[in-house]
Amino acid sequence: MTQRLPLIIFALVMAVIPLVPGIPPFWIVLLDNIGLAALVAMGLVLLTGVGGLTSFGQAAFCGFGAYTTAVLTTAYGVSPWLTLPASLLVSGIAAVLLGIVTVRLSGHYLPLGTIAWGIGLFYLFSKLEFLGRNDGISGIPPLSIGSFRMLSPDTIYYAIWVAVLLSALLTMNLLDSRTGRAIRALRRGHVAAEAFGVQTPRAKLLVFIYAAVLAGLSGWLYAHFQRAANPTPFGAQAGIEYLFIAVVGGAGYVWGGVLGAAIVVILKEVLQSYLPYIFGGQSQLETIVFGIMLVLLLQLAPQGVWPWLMSRLPFKPARKTPDTSVKLEHQKRAPGSSPVLLHIEKARKQFGGVLAVNDVSFDVNAREIVALIGPNGAGKSTTFNLITGVLGATSGKIFVQGKEVENAPPQEVVKLGVSRTFQHVKLVPDMTVLENVAIGAHLRGNSGAISSMLRLDRSDEARLLAEAARQIARVGLSDQIDQLAGSLSLGQQRIVEIARALCVDPMLLLLDEPAAGLRHMEKQRLAALLRQLRDGGMSVLLVEHDMGFVMDLADRIVVLDFGTKIAEGTPAAIKRNPDVIKAYLGAAA
Amino acid sequence: MNTTIMLFLLQDGITNGAIYALLGLALVLVFAVTRVILIPQGEFVTYGALSYAMLATGQVPGTARLAVAMGLVAFALDLFFARKALHARLVMRSAALNIVFPAALLGLIYALVGPNTPVAVNIALALLIVAAIGLFLYRIAFQPIAHTSVLVLLIASVGCHLALQGLGLVFFGAEGLRGPALSNTAVTAGPLRFTGQSLAVYGLTVGFIVALWLFFGYTKTGKALRATAVNRLGARLVGIRTTLSGQIAFLLASVIGAISGILIVPITTLYYDTGFLIGLKGFIAAIIGGLVSYPLTAVAAIVVGIVEAFSSFYASNFKEVIVFTLILPVLVLRSLAAPQVEEEKD
Repeated sequence: MTQRLPLIIFALVMAVIPLVPGIPPFWIVLLDNIGLAALVAMGLVLLTGVGGLTSFGQAAFCGFGAYTTAVLTTAYGVSPWLTLPASLLVSGIAAVLLGIVTVRLSGHYLPLGTIAWGIGLFYLFSKLEFLGRNDGISGIPPLSIGSFRMLSPDTIYYAIWVAVLLSALLTMNLLDSRTGRAIRALRRGHVAAEAFGVQTPRAKLLVFIYAAVLAGLSGWLYAHFQRAANPTPFGAQAGIEYLFIAVVGGAGYVWGGVLGAAIVVILKEVLQSYLPYIFGGQSQLETIVFGIMLVLLLQLAPQGVWPWLMSRLPFKPARKTPDTSVKLEHQKRAPGSSPVLLHIEKARKQFGGVLAVNDVSFDVNAREIVALIGPNGAGKSTTFNLITGVLGATSGKIFVQGKEVENAPPQEVVKLGVSRTFQHVKLVPDMTVLENVAIGAHLRGNSGAISSMLRLDRSDEARLLAEAARQIARVGLSDQIDQLAGSLSLGQQRIVEIARALCVDPMLLLLDEPAAGLRHMEKQRLAALLRQLRDGGMSVLLVEHDMGFVMDLADRIVVLDFGTKIAEGTPAAIKRNPDVIKAYLGAAA
Repeated sequence: MNTTIMLFLLQDGITNGAIYALLGLALVLVFAVTRVILIPQGEFVTYGALSYAMLATGQVPGTARLAVAMGLVAFALDLFFARKALHARLVMRSAALNIVFPAALLGLIYALVGPNTPVAVNIALALLIVAAIGLFLYRIAFQPIAHTSVLVLLIASVGCHLALQGLGLVFFGAEGLRGPALSNTAVTAGPLRFTGQSLAVYGLTVGFIVALWLFFGYTKTGKALRATAVNRLGARLVGIRTTLSGQIAFLLASVIGAISGILIVPITTLYYDTGFLIGLKGFIAAIIGGLVSYPLTAVAAIVVGIVEAFSSFYASNFKEVIVFTLILPVLVLRSLAAPQVEEEKD
């Protein structure tokens, strides 16, 4: 309950404000505007700050919400409350259509795409006959409960702020869940998330729709607050302003959206009313100051105001340690027909003219540690990417437990019980070790976005976190469980990746240079852990450059050179193999 | 539709398209060197055009004073960032570029301005003003954050656009302006009449495309500029002055923008905020060109111009909707064609 306390206090304060005698009505109007902007900004926080999808076009979704209710209430006489679901639905459907196109865009194409459709939709709003063209639609009825009509700013105030608080609560619930972790992993690229079964395009589309629905809600409230809708507040300028709000407040934080809305709306008001006095009646001066402040802010505090404030708090919010007594059931997998766990048959990968992997074949049996070694550029990591489906093979076949993996995507490969770590650590640095590791258990939970928002996922969630905590304890990082992954040393981050891979409950563990960056003692502990895993029935395939480590640990070694397998055998045999010595030391040695 | 109308529309489209091509080239140039998606490119257009128009009426445009003010800020920034290793040569060089140059320009304008100043002088002055603004804009807004992600640069770029557009209203007012024509010659070919103005548009566009293409493809400086974009640290390690590269890119972009503005202001009335839309259309072309290819950008710009001309004839209400929707399929194709590499962000 202590985590909810600040929220409850905030809600109470907001509820009391309009009742304070003598409060200027104008302040209430400002608070209404802040609430409306905060709703859109909150969506952007999820979309841009958390999910990494920058959108300049959110204002257009407000437009969908506002125009839906405007048309339905004025032309068809529908009750405003009935238009709420319609408004949300229309914004949501618009988001699905635009999202299918938009979320496929990579890199900077994405923000540019949102600018383009943002402007396109603005012109569409201002040209369509049934939306009243540039004049828009007026005479929208107010919201009412029974005979109580929310005509004044201080009555609709409650509708707006209830919406803001509810949305904030739902959004925070969503972020603190299985789906939320998948969303938070998006910003760091898709490869790591997909390796643990996250359907990244679906997760992106989900946040896109969520942000659009919040914007639609804001638009619906706006239409009934202003009692009119015209294209101007839904144009490109407004879209830019919403992004500005999110960046000012702190794009990665739900409350950053609310704080940013407060700062920007109040600042704008102050600038609009005082700048003309200073500079003698020139209009639009506030946009100049706005633009300059945006540039300044990016140079001075690119993270936004909210995290800056939070880091100055005298107390830190306590984190709950997961109860590790909750059991998570093992993954049910069809018993293998063959003792060969992984069978690679003439796998080949060509990048243009470069043959990275040249008809490589080898097996990994059950309960076996196999090492894949070779000089730099030998094709070891590419082989890993072929096995895990990150890259499609040019030719050749890969079987897991006798079942052919026909260029299946990473999300399917991990379901077969193959999990991996990465040569270049792919953790989410601003998530805790626990949260990072829990991504590994993604496929072992089943609650979706809606149940997460409504907190119906708690037992599922407790099981996932318990499993994550157990795997962290297993690799010996329990003391760091609540630290941010980015604050650990590189060696520890590699170990966190192993814990995450173990959360899959794999049969085969692929480790890409797990010992790099580890100290001697840590390497010994890692070797002991891997032996223990093998004795427990797991197989390990690892790429490693530390020969002492490999020779001690591996049951069998496969040597690659320039994409071709040059040797395979026990460590003792490999040490004496002339081809291997030649590959590592050159012909003269 | 008869052929005459079609020819007219084509001619109109190609003329506009050539302007978009110029802007698209400037955008590609800036992006290729600095990774900044230059939203304020449109402001360079209006600043150039309207400064020229004001000079033609014998007034001193506010942009000249803005250049002086921005120069002062740039000088202060130079001093601040070099505070640990200040030496006389550095201070002198910075002062010459940031203070003496815009101040001298302002003095020159006061000395030369008048209703009878030759067109060529006015053009030169307008170009110099915008060049100074472009240069200082990079120094002030982008150089301190040059190492950050494309996204941060893009948001900063939007901030610059807002500030410059607001200033544009202060300098030029809400009323549109039109400038005097560069030349009154005209050539008639069949039903079409080519003014000297539109011929200048074609000539300059082709000239710039060829020049930029040669510059980036075949000169050492051009290659150094491209290297900066790919890897700033790597470029610095091999001795390229990365801040200089950025300044050159912005200088070129602002001059190109101003030239486009001066080319169109005799044809159409420009308002303080017209540049944004014009710039965005150059943008569409630049994106079709993948923000890397000059010839492709030029071709795409012509296509954008022609689509715009035809849609303004057939569905004038939805002209902008059509033009901006054009970008979406292109973006999708671009994204699909781009190799699926992991982006290391932050």
